[in-house]
Amino acid sequence: MVLSRTVGASIKRREDPRLVTGQGQYVDDVRLPGTLYMAFVRSPHAHARLGRIDTSAALQQPGVVAAFRHADCDLVLTTHAALNPQKPPPPHPVLAHDKVRFVGEAVAMVLADDRYVARDAADLVEVEYEPLPAAASMQAALAEGAPLVHDDFPGNVYLKMERNQGDWDEARRQAARVVRLDIFNQRVNSLPMEPRAALAEYRRYDDTLTLWSSNQVPHTLRSEVAKLLGMAESRVRVIAPDVGGGFGSKLNVYPEEVLTAWAAKRLGRPVKWVEERRESLLTLSHGRGQIDEIEAAVAADGKILGLRARVVGDLGAHLLLFTALIPVLTINMLVGPYDIPVVASELTEVFTHCAPTDAHRGAGRPEATFLLERLMDRIAAELGLDPADVRRRNFVQPGQFPYTSVVGSVYDSGNYPAALDKALQAVGYEQLRAEQRRLREQGRYLGIGLGSYVELTGVGPSRGFGAPVWEAAVVRAEPDGTVTVISGAPSQGQGHETSFAQIVAGELGVPFESVRVLTGDTAVGVTGIGTFGSRSMPVAGGAIAGAAARVREKALQVAAALLEAAPADLEYRDGQALVRGQPGKAVTFQQIANAAYAAFMLPPEIEPGLEATMFFDPPNMTYPFGTHVCVVEVDPRSGAVQILRFVAVDDAGRIINPLLAAGQIHGGIAQGIGQALYEEIVYDDEGQLQTASLMDYALPTADKVPHFELDRTETPGTTNPLGAKGIGEAGTIGSTPAVVNAVLDALLPFGVTHIDMPLKPERIWRAIRGRSAAGQDAAVVAAAEEAPGTAEPSHVPPGQEGR
Amino acid sequence: MKLPIRVTVNGAAQAHEVEPRLLLVHYLRDVLGLTGTHVGCDTSQCGACTVLVDGAAVKSCTVLAVQTDGCEITTIEGLAELGPPPPTPSPQEGAGASPQPAPASSSPLSPQGGEGGRGERGLHPLQQAFWDQHGLQCGYCTPGMIMAAYDLLRQQPQPSEEEIRHGLEGVLCRCTGYQHIVAAVQQAAEQLRARTAPAK
Repeated sequence: MVLSRTVGASIKRREDPRLVTGQGQYVDDVRLPGTLYMAFVRSPHAHARLGRIDTSAALQQPGVVAAFRHADCDLVLTTHAALNPQKPPPPHPVLAHDKVRFVGEAVAMVLADDRYVARDAADLVEVEYEPLPAAASMQAALAEGAPLVHDDFPGNVYLKMERNQGDWDEARRQAARVVRLDIFNQRVNSLPMEPRAALAEYRRYDDTLTLWSSNQVPHTLRSEVAKLLGMAESRVRVIAPDVGGGFGSKLNVYPEEVLTAWAAKRLGRPVKWVEERRESLLTLSHGRGQIDEIEAAVAADGKILGLRARVVGDLGAHLLLFTALIPVLTINMLVGPYDIPVVASELTEVFTHCAPTDAHRGAGRPEATFLLERLMDRIAAELGLDPADVRRRNFVQPGQFPYTSVVGSVYDSGNYPAALDKALQAVGYEQLRAEQRRLREQGRYLGIGLGSYVELTGVGPSRGFGAPVWEAAVVRAEPDGTVTVISGAPSQGQGHETSFAQIVAGELGVPFESVRVLTGDTAVGVTGIGTFGSRSMPVAGGAIAGAAARVREKALQVAAALLEAAPADLEYRDGQALVRGQPGKAVTFQQIANAAYAAFMLPPEIEPGLEATMFFDPPNMTYPFGTHVCVVEVDPRSGAVQILRFVAVDDAGRIINPLLAAGQIHGGIAQGIGQALYEEIVYDDEGQLQTASLMDYALPTADKVPHFELDRTETPGTTNPLGAKGIGEAGTIGSTPAVVNAVLDALLPFGVTHIDMPLKPERIWRAIRGRSAAGQDAAVVAAAEEAPGTAEPSHVPPGQEGR
Repeated sequence: MKLPIRVTVNGAAQAHEVEPRLLLVHYLRDVLGLTGTHVGCDTSQCGACTVLVDGAAVKSCTVLAVQTDGCEITTIEGLAELGPPPPTPSPQEGAGASPQPAPASSSPLSPQGGEGGRGERGLHPLQQAFWDQHGLQCGYCTPGMIMAAYDLLRQQPQPSEEEIRHGLEGVLCRCTGYQHIVAAVQQAAEQLRARTAPAK
């Protein structure tokens, strides 16, 4: 590609002036006259048979226009990754039919001309439930005789997958030691600050439907809405305007979005639904949710001879778009950045009477990284080695790329030791270890944790993946020489209006200011797939760069006509087409664009106009990597964790805008810290959500995250024209294990080997004392016990603990 | 039953009859059409709805519109016109009471220089700083974050990093990890301090 000053430059975002002045337009900001507000009646039971639903009292309220149940709308969602070829997925009706299967499932909806009236009236809908026993956890769902979530899936198992790559038994025989770890990777909520929202308008006489939705995949949503409403796709327009964050949770087609469109068509009036935070915690797809058992057969020097993993993935009550795929990604990334010759894996995907799970930042890959990185530290602890050395000893080496892992993934490029070394140097690893020893003697517990990762991004090609994962772009020179870029990948805060413009400005050598980017509207010029899996740069960016290159080719043809030269004698540089060897004989991109549309100077073989479309289906995935280092101090008297340092060295290939890339990493790390220390979705045994508000679900606040120290290495990817690898998820993937490893490193003197996330003070406090009862390092624990200011764990509100 | 209220919002007098239960945030958004103030939760945790009521930061999802009868309200849409935060003798005096934010033209602390001393496109120094420092991504929390930062600088014109982090813990951001927000508030504080320093 043509490099310029724009690619690789920290350009301020052009989205920001409207967003910092309150002029952004999120779905609820869109006003249409005559709009009805929709509110849902949701199940209070995790599992119940549905009886009579009486909407008459609701309908009598002034201002209430309609109320609907499954009997009125029996649509069934068709968007889900169906991975079990033997059996069709269980039906997912948009309004519960016959049974409810998780707390929060929609059973009815009420529409009124005021949002308060709709909410009040929803409370007047009377629903008869016959409560049934619920399987509200993976353990409960897999237990003998567990209540079934779907009758057609005995044992609540959707999918069982066993893979044996290499000879595990032999690896085990040769091992000096087998290191084992059991991990519960808790459910979390992506928690975008803007909850979901949808607004639909149907024009009866044109038979057209417009749906605004806070969504990451407007094109997928359009296809499903058109299909379910029996409309032509060309008559349905989906707009994802300014979207207040997604992180995977809006990578979906939800019942509420379909119902908003359906109700607008049915009633002939605009319909708006704005999710409340409580609804969002109940029904927005949850992320993670795995039970992982992992064993490593290791040689005495820490070299891993083989892995065995048993992964149980919590699907929740229904299959959403990628629900069943997420745990498979964990299996596909089981060896991480390590050269491990043997992997035996067993995956069980299980339905539970809980909200459906789906993508959350990283989606399957953080789970793999977490179990592997915890394992590295356990190996180091059990063999008495340094955790950094264990990683170094097992890394895929720089000379091995492209590297085909034993599970079949082909890593395009990388230099894992370089990122590790850079991170260790930045944090001052050797000095920190010395400091740690010194402080331990004073009864202070410093912990140093590493998180080395490789992730898989830019999923493709479609034929290999079994689903459409291309992306499309249009690059259009306007007659005045300014440029419009249209991409199928909308932004939920990533800054595509800026970074995509940088790509095109670079490719065409035109001023950044002259390039405008449009996304998030299916009626504007190009189809697409969407924004997820760190694909915006490697895939959408690849399509944009490709389309811009085509525009440049055409520009050269037009220039050749204008300059009366052979195209082969021209070169394109700095926004101009020049005749080689004839200084001064040149035309600018603007002149070319003028001429391309004026058209009368063009020879007959050149079509008027100057635009190009590119569909880019990447030939393979690309693999960003890096190492994060976290330094904590743990107070054994209270269990409180203070993060002292956080160093992240990430390699996402070529970086288009370092400022925006840093923002992505910061946000990703904060979310990773959130899972490590604060966040968890908790259901009780009956399937009642215990974390249904932001009082109970603890999001990291400004005073709970440290100052991040970032650095990077840059190893270009080889599967897209930009050499980009994607930066959206790396922060989350590397940080969670780094934080947890740091805390457990601090707790090594107490004999604590593992604590499940989130590492709240109470859990740490209990773990220290639990080991004390077992006689581990009793003197140390006794010292902690005697220390003043011991916190009573029962007085610590869940998730609200300070550092 | 509806009750009459009179408020001044972003300098303009408003009079409406509203339901007693109408939240201030819905009054601003649905009645006045000021959609820059956002709703991110239902339990007063997220702070996306933060506005200034008589100069102090308030979560507008936790206040009834009728409670603000007679008050001056500033939303993100009116911030650029407001100028820098007036000094507060002590933080206690500021909560929910005077001092009233002085009109930019009459305040000795109002921005100086061309275009009222504001940033590019007439932005308030805080808005400019959030832009300059990449202090936002999805932008949903940003109006509330900026209004909270305004109140923080009113109470504490030279905050340390720790004080900024503590002062903004009532507004949740899921995108930025807060680091660039801290940098933005530092930039704005610096800029406002330079402006209000006595000329030599």
